[in-house]
Amino acid sequence: MQKRLRIGVLYSRVRVEEKWIFGAMEKRGIDYERLDDRAISFDLENPAPWRAFDAVLERSISYTSGLYALRMLNAFGVPTVNTAAVAEICGDKLTTSAMLAKAGLPQPHNATAFTPEAALEAIEAFGYPVVLKPVVGSWGRLLAKINDRDAAEAVLEHKATLGSVQHSVFYIQEYIAKPGRDIRAIVIGDRVLTAMYRKSEHWITNTARGGQGELCPITPEIEALCLGAAQAVGGGVLAVDLIEHPERGYLINEINHTMEFHTMQPVSGIDIADEIVSYTIQNAECRM
Amino acid sequence: MNTVSCPECEAEITLEANVEVGEIIVCSDCGVDLEVTALNPAAVELAPMEQEDWGE
Repeated sequence: MQKRLRIGVLYSRVRVEEKWIFGAMEKRGIDYERLDDRAISFDLENPAPWRAFDAVLERSISYTSGLYALRMLNAFGVPTVNTAAVAEICGDKLTTSAMLAKAGLPQPHNATAFTPEAALEAIEAFGYPVVLKPVVGSWGRLLAKINDRDAAEAVLEHKATLGSVQHSVFYIQEYIAKPGRDIRAIVIGDRVLTAMYRKSEHWITNTARGGQGELCPITPEIEALCLGAAQAVGGGVLAVDLIEHPERGYLINEINHTMEFHTMQPVSGIDIADEIVSYTIQNAECRM
Repeated sequence: MNTVSCPECEAEITLEANVEVGEIIVCSDCGVDLEVTALNPAAVELAPMEQEDWGE
């Protein structure tokens, strides 16, 4: 008789996405366990309790907890969605940019520097406006559009003085006058599942910041770019964000590895939660 | 029906039928984020403050 799969779902908060994922697990009759990342611990000399899982789906809201949990699980040989290697890349926007550059994929012009002085020099070389982004962070928080040298000097000083050491990794990106929207595509394995426009009057179009969702047709160009982007960061369950540049066309802006899809699922009519569960099961079965 | 008292403002909050442990609800009176920590009987605590590395 075939062994029944046992899946762990690592989470911090039960958002609507987690509710849908738990629901999909239950509907499929999967033996799954909810693993609150605030309650777990890993004993490196005792991997057995963790090896009881055929796969773990990581949905932590804390990037740090999720990443270290994935590192432990992968060290124990437990398959995870996504892998620690993918989380390392996608959780850090500058590392994502580096991997996209390595793959030769189109992206906004980015630069980095490690002191305010060097960052200011890099910004001046770009010309204004530019965008300063924290390398780790989400939901459009702490993005700064820098319109002139005065603003650059002020924000760089604030980041260096008030922020953690990570905020002195200055990530500089050209500002793109996009058409009031960007595109988010969900990639699972080797498929682009669905895509939507995120529309906003504000230059930050995240739906977490009030952006509105509308279905975007998956053209062969969008499909190829998204699959290339997913492959460049190691593949898995990913959300690829594209910006439409008025002259240069689609540019890959960022890739999220524990994406929210509370807007995407109703807009697309696709059961994204069930697709994620299905992909996790496939990963678990590969191990057996 | 599950009702709880808001730890911030003591307003009485009625939980929806499909609420789950770990879910965040908002107190309709004071607007504070609350985490559901138990059901039957229901209990809520002030939700943890958003951390810098939180996200998707």
